Amino acid sequence: MIIAQQKPIKDIAAMIADCKKVLLVGCAGCVTVCLSGGEKETEVLASSLRIMRRLQGNPLETVTYTATRQCDPEYIETLENLVKDVDAVVSLACGVGVQYLAERFHDKWVVPAQNTMFVGGSTAHGVWEERCGLCGDCILHRTGGICPIIRCSKSILNGPCGGSQYGKCEISKDVDCAWQLIYDRMKALGKLDKLLEIQPPKDWSKSRDGGPRKAIREDVMIG
Amino acid sequence: MRLQYSPNIRIVEMPCSGTIDHRVLLQAFEDGADGVFVAGCMEGDCHFQKGNYRAKKRVNAVKKLLDEIGMGGERLEMYNLSAAMGPRFAEIANEMTERIRRLGPNPLKKQSAETTEKEGDVA
Repeated sequence: MIIAQQKPIKDIAAMIADCKKVLLVGCAGCVTVCLSGGEKETEVLASSLRIMRRLQGNPLETVTYTATRQCDPEYIETLENLVKDVDAVVSLACGVGVQYLAERFHDKWVVPAQNTMFVGGSTAHGVWEERCGLCGDCILHRTGGICPIIRCSKSILNGPCGGSQYGKCEISKDVDCAWQLIYDRMKALGKLDKLLEIQPPKDWSKSRDGGPRKAIREDVMIG
Repeated sequence: MRLQYSPNIRIVEMPCSGTIDHRVLLQAFEDGADGVFVAGCMEGDCHFQKGNYRAKKRVNAVKKLLDEIGMGGERLEMYNLSAAMGPRFAEIANEMTERIRRLGPNPLKKQSAETTEKEGDVA
């Protein structure tokens, strides 16, 4: 899922400082699961902003709504009536949701309440870790299911490097060396010989070098 | 046991302190509470194992939030006591009342009063 973290409240408040009424839109997708922008977080943020503004003697009216997803046009279409009479829209979705709202309601001031951080999963309650570098050319079948693109600090494809010490990366004793993990797993699987296979250079053309990417499935397209 | 404690305390019953939610605590302040204390069971005595520990974490998170938004986290506190500790409850009630008296009334009420007064003047 996409992991996002809420911006400091004073930063969000500054973005809507001149507004009297705002719509806060949560998202029931990834940010609900990573507990940063779901229904509850939307209400907590609304309440916090209201208190803050009342304390400043400049009350703020809030309307809250949590969309099933903000990254699909049909789920934000229903917001039209709520958007009408507000001065700004605060999106608690990832950067995709903010852009979808800004695109759909182009005459409204749409601001992000979150910093979109990475694609990852939870490793314990309240802990999320990055797991995918979105490189567009997955090589996990060659690396024992451990991604060196994102989990190796240098994204090297022929590690470990000299900075690997006792299974940890030189950047921090809390960060595992991805290539040590890869080696250990391949060894346990009895597939160490796979690591010796000569690989051609990775095809980075499927990553970010060509600007924003697009995926098309003609078989599910309508019309 | 006819214990006396400050009459300004309003008790909101919850099935377990673990059901305390950030929203409930913020709502209390928005509705004008001068302070809130959460009375959970003794640590290690939770019937549901971790309810009071969870409440404590949430209370601490909301205290931080209250500091951030200018309300002041010291207006909120978590206490642990059992249902059989009446004298301790009265003591906490008085202790918290004293603390809040020192801090003054909920600043939102002051704001509302000022706004009302202003509107009245205009009218």
